[in-house]
Amino acid sequence: MSAVLEIEGLRKTYKSRRRGTRNALDGFDMRVAAGEVHGFLGPNGSGKTTTLRTLLGLIRPDGGRMSVLGHEVPAALPVVAGQIGAIVESPQFFPHFTARDTLDLLAGAGEVPRRRVDEVLEQVGLRDRAGERVKTYSLGMKQRLAVASALLKDPKLLILDEPANGLDPGGIREMRTLVRDLAAGGMTVLLSSHILGEIQLICDSVTIISLGRRVAYGPVSEVLAEHSHGSVRVRLESPTDLPSAAELLDRAGIKVTAQADHLMLAGVEKPAMVSRLLADQGLYVSELAPVAADLESVFLDLTATAPVPGQHRQVDQSTKVGDREVTKGGWGA
Amino acid sequence: MSLYRTELRRLGKRRFTRYMTLLGLLVLAAVIASAFFTNQKVGPDQIAAAEREAKANYQQAVRDTEQARTECERVKADGGSVSSRGFPENCAEIMPPPPEAFDPQWSLPPTFRFHEDFGETLLTFAMLLAVVGFVVGASYVGAEWNTGGMMNLLLWRPKRLTVLLTKLAALLTGTAVVTVLAAALWTLCFWLVGHFRGTTTEVTPGLWRSLGLTELRALALVLAVTTVGFAVASLGRHTAFALGGAMAFLVVGQYGVAIALSLADVRFPDAWLVPTYAMAWIKKQVTLQDYQACIATPTGGCMPDELTITWQQSSLLLGAGLMIALVAAMWAMRRRDVA
Repeated sequence: MSAVLEIEGLRKTYKSRRRGTRNALDGFDMRVAAGEVHGFLGPNGSGKTTTLRTLLGLIRPDGGRMSVLGHEVPAALPVVAGQIGAIVESPQFFPHFTARDTLDLLAGAGEVPRRRVDEVLEQVGLRDRAGERVKTYSLGMKQRLAVASALLKDPKLLILDEPANGLDPGGIREMRTLVRDLAAGGMTVLLSSHILGEIQLICDSVTIISLGRRVAYGPVSEVLAEHSHGSVRVRLESPTDLPSAAELLDRAGIKVTAQADHLMLAGVEKPAMVSRLLADQGLYVSELAPVAADLESVFLDLTATAPVPGQHRQVDQSTKVGDREVTKGGWGA
Repeated sequence: MSLYRTELRRLGKRRFTRYMTLLGLLVLAAVIASAFFTNQKVGPDQIAAAEREAKANYQQAVRDTEQARTECERVKADGGSVSSRGFPENCAEIMPPPPEAFDPQWSLPPTFRFHEDFGETLLTFAMLLAVVGFVVGASYVGAEWNTGGMMNLLLWRPKRLTVLLTKLAALLTGTAVVTVLAAALWTLCFWLVGHFRGTTTEVTPGLWRSLGLTELRALALVLAVTTVGFAVASLGRHTAFALGGAMAFLVVGQYGVAIALSLADVRFPDAWLVPTYAMAWIKKQVTLQDYQACIATPTGGCMPDELTITWQQSSLLLGAGLMIALVAAMWAMRRRDVA
């Protein structure tokens, strides 16, 4: 499938006399194929928003190349801007204008037909509140307005940065449906979010970024499979045999975590081997089930941002790709 | 063109623009009303009253002189010192001023002479609208940066300089329209003030041409100051940057400089202050005087030294300030990240 968005070796460095140098983007790569919903994940401060801002010409990169819809950006942004709808970070609008005025002015600036204003207001559920000032809106309503402004151009590439922020459960579901419908209509959607359950539900593929570098990418199912680490749940016919089974498997080099009524095994490449190993010792398996990892655990594992009791993880403390060690990034790194 | 039209709409929709413009126009209206109520037409009755008042003043002066001479002579007869009481040695020297010294003209009520007084009002007009333009210009772009509107717009129109200059063009168009309309109303109102509360005679085509040119210079000043407000707020990406900068400039750069210069006994300290140049721009020239210097006259008198600042000199200074602010704003717009 052809790529709508390609980023190669993108670099952005912030220099400060007092705080030294910080690589916000450190050779970041990304590829989004046409027509897919692509999730863009990363811990706070990992470079997600910097990537999006750089892509949209708001930040000047220090290196690398980017292309959108076959055009090199930022040079060709004036050509492709009409086909990119984007919201970056929290929605910001002039508080004293109504939603309709806000969209009307954007439509005027972008030479978009005025009928689109009503269409997108309907689409995001703001039709009946369009005449009210934005300052009276809740965060969720502002979020809907931001999405409406991004949809106004009827873009080929839709970039949504945290679109579910502030939305109520119904709103989140509506947003999910909207994104899927847009993708079904041929629109490519790049979705940045921290609600990983949502990403897993609606995205075809993902890119995970940590400290300015890509740590994982590909179709969601492949990323999950790749990082499941062979987790297997084992139950025995007789729960009293669990301690001896744990000892046996441990001796065989399998990582075992004992639970009250079952064992959790990690690093099992072939589950059948477990069954044979236990049967040889007269221990009979009543359940042997591979456990699929969810995106949240994969994310926490890949970025090393899982909370550790008694520790307070700092914002720039996450995985740096290449050495797979928890690195303390940030200024001076 | 669509961006320009959209920006004009955005400018007109902003409440701050509307309120500030209204406030500026209300202050101008108050000035006109004040001129109307503090002036009056001078007719035979007013002239007769002034003559009566001048005559009464003269008679009072004669009485006061007589009283002083009598007192002087009494002190002298008592053998006292007249000089210690402020009298001359010869009491006969105490004479009343001549009747001509009491010009009835001085006792006339204030009256608005359009051909003499209207030109002076244009300075107030230009300064007030320049302040309004500065604040509106700063707020127009400052609020856009502050609320994220500029970022939104750049996502739609990723040509930074085009966006900035189109906004400026829309702002200047709006300011020019308001200023021209206000100038027309200002002229009409003061003509009426002259008509009902003074005189509109001696208005020649040459005077109209001169007033027209002064109003054009006033328009240019308003547009220049508006541009500076816009440029400084865009440079700092916040309205407060321009307003705070203007305040700091006035307090430190003008009052501070004025105090320092007067302490240093510098000649013509006003020549270092920007408002002097704005005044010279509107009035065509400003003459500063140094009363500590003495230029001898043929009659043996002493005249203060003078320094004349012309509108051409002012145009260089104001133009340079305008260009520095605008170029800096454009450079920052082009180079700085939008974060």
